[in-house]
Formats: sequence, C-alpha cells, structure tokens
Amino acid sequence: MNEMLHLHFQAADWLHLLLHYLSLSLISLGGAIATVPDMHRYLVDEQHWLTDTQFSSSIAIAQAAPGPNILFVALMGWNIGLNAGDRTTALLAALLTICGMLLPSTIATYAATSWAQRNRHLRSVRAFKQGMAPVVVGLVLATGWILASTPDQPARDWPLWVITALTILLVLRTRLHILWMLGAGALFGWFGLV
Amino acid sequence: MNAAPADPPVPDPKRQDDTGRPRPRSLPDLFMSFTLLALQGFGGVMAVVQRELVERKRWLTREEFIEDWAVAQIMPGPNVVNLSIIVGGRYFGLRGAITAFAGILAVPLILILLIAVLYAPYAHEPRVVHMLRGMGAVASGLILATGIRLFGALQKNVIGLPLCLVLGGLCFIAVAVLRLPLAYPLFALGIVALLLAYRKLKP
Repeated sequence: MNEMLHLHFQAADWLHLLLHYLSLSLISLGGAIATVPDMHRYLVDEQHWLTDTQFSSSIAIAQAAPGPNILFVALMGWNIGLNAGDRTTALLAALLTICGMLLPSTIATYAATSWAQRNRHLRSVRAFKQGMAPVVVGLVLATGWILASTPDQPARDWPLWVITALTILLVLRTRLHILWMLGAGALFGWFGLV
Repeated sequence: MNAAPADPPVPDPKRQDDTGRPRPRSLPDLFMSFTLLALQGFGGVMAVVQRELVERKRWLTREEFIEDWAVAQIMPGPNVVNLSIIVGGRYFGLRGAITAFAGILAVPLILILLIAVLYAPYAHEPRVVHMLRGMGAVASGLILATGIRLFGALQKNVIGLPLCLVLGGLCFIAVAVLRLPLAYPLFALGIVALLLAYRKLKP
C-alpha cells in the first residue's frame, strides 16, 4: 500500500492464486493465521504479487478491524487486485481469495462434524487432538515471530520490538482489552515514536 | 457492553427447545447473532465467542463449548468460522450452517473492504504508515501471547511436556527459521505426534 506493483495478470495467474488458497485451506489446521508463513513465501517471495508492506498491513488492518482475522485473506486479494487493475478487479480478487480460503475447509468441517461428534471417544480421534496440539502451538509462535521480525533493522526498529514485548506482557499479566493495546500502538506510530 | 453475564435465564418459550434449553429462534436470529458477535471482535473473534454463546445466550454449556471448540480446532479453516458452522448446523442443518457462516463473515467483509478503500488515499501519509507499523507490532505481540497461552495447555498433554517441547520447537524452527512450506512440517511432525499420542492413550 506504501508502494504499489503493476502486474499484468493472465487467466492462468488468477487460477494459480485460487489454487494456492484452495490448497492452503485444507492444511490450515490451527487457524488460517498458521498459513501466513506459506502465503508470504508464495505471494511476496516467489510470485512478487504483493509488497512486504502490503502483506503485513493486510494482517494489521484485519487485526485492528472488527470481525474474524481470516478477512486478512480478502485484503491480500484486494491488494493483489489493485496491483493488477482497478477496484473492480480488487473486489473480484478479494472474493476469489476468501472463497478459495474458506470453501474447502468449510465443506470438510461440515462433513466431518457429525462424525467427530459421534466418535470423540475413539482412541484415534483423541490421539489426533493430543498429538496435533504441540505442532499447532509451534506454528502459532512461528507466525508471531515472522510478523514481529519483518521490521529487521535493529537501529531503527527496536521500538517496535519493545511494543511487541510489552503487548505480550500485557496480554499475559492483565485483563486489558486488546482494543486499548492496538489503539496505543496506533498512537505511538502516529506521533512518530516507533 | 453488558458486564453482567450472570442474569437469570428468561423463560421465553420461543427461545427454548423441547428440553427447555435456549436456542436460536430462526435463521434471521442465527444470522444476526453471529453478525453481532463478529462485530464485537476487534483483533479476532476468539475471545468473544465463548462469552456470547455460553454466558450470554446460553446456547451451549461450557462442556459442549469445549468439545465443539476442539473439533473446530482440529478441522482445517479458521476456528471461529468452523465453530459457526458447527453451531448453525446443529440447530438448522445445512441451512443453519450456511446462515451462521454468512453471519460471521458478510458484514465484517464489507466493512473491512470499506476500511481498505478509505485508507488507500492516506496510504502514503508518513503518519499513517507509522501508525500501521505500531499496530503491526501490537498484532504480532497478540499472536505470540496466544501461542504462549496455548503452550500452557500442553502441560496436560499425554505425550508429556519434554516431547511436546521437541515437536513444537522443531515446528517453530522449520517454519520461522528455515521458512519451509507449511505442509512439510505439518504432516511430517503431525504423523509422528499422532503415533506418539496413540501409543500413550489407553485403548
């Protein structure tokens, strides 16, 4: 959003974008936020469809706005669409990415729910729940780490790391609503302190 | 926001099922309930869901919520979206699942695209750029704190804390340090973890 890209998207590119999200959808165990590292690798590093700033501000806006955080996927689609055309393209790209991200997982969840409800005492179901837990925790921590280390120049970016560390302390030690923390982060930035 | 989650259940026959339990009255009620729930969730809906569905609306008991949440966690896709499908589907079948799904996403999606449009003209403003950098730093702190909180739940894991540390640590290194595609560590470590847990659990 800071700087824009000018892309020339072919039908095959839209198809690849859709296929990327369709495949991420089915491996997004532990929530879509766990697939952020893979989105970054594909959209920013490999395809160069999004800038680093567009990528991280999509997540920041979705975190700040009301609603499920998964909507960051629609914002990434929106930005890719803007890079490749106008607001109409952006709207279609937003719908393409969010549908790609949610349809397979939604269908799978609906189909599996009744089965899992009936069989939640099965040894294999319990083993799956217990076994996946540490892997999912590792993924969530990796996601936070990647986002926190995107600003990577210690001389300039150390205040951001202080804010990240303070946020962790506040979440773990107090019952302060996260809206206050996001507001404080916004104010620090607005007045040029970070 | 109402800070009194403990008001007595209102005996309104329309809001209860055969067993006297509160439930959504209709599809529009289901849609509106999930829309309002989603709109309260700044920085994610996870924290709001339990309070709304269990403590205020009483559609679920605490125990039912934990079971549904476990399934929502296990299945691919965002937890809160999965939970809306599970809850909606229970009351009204496929129509309910679609309605709750639309409720939690439709209005927030329109809202976030409006925010993106309004934000675009100011995107080059240095203050706005710095504001987002500040919010981004907070957002990464929120996710790291969620990870640390979830880490506490591993103490009761059947695999045992040391092996959990190894599995979680390997996953972290593979994704955050080596930046491998997600599928490799997820499936490789997942299969090892499942077998470890299966051996420890009593048949």
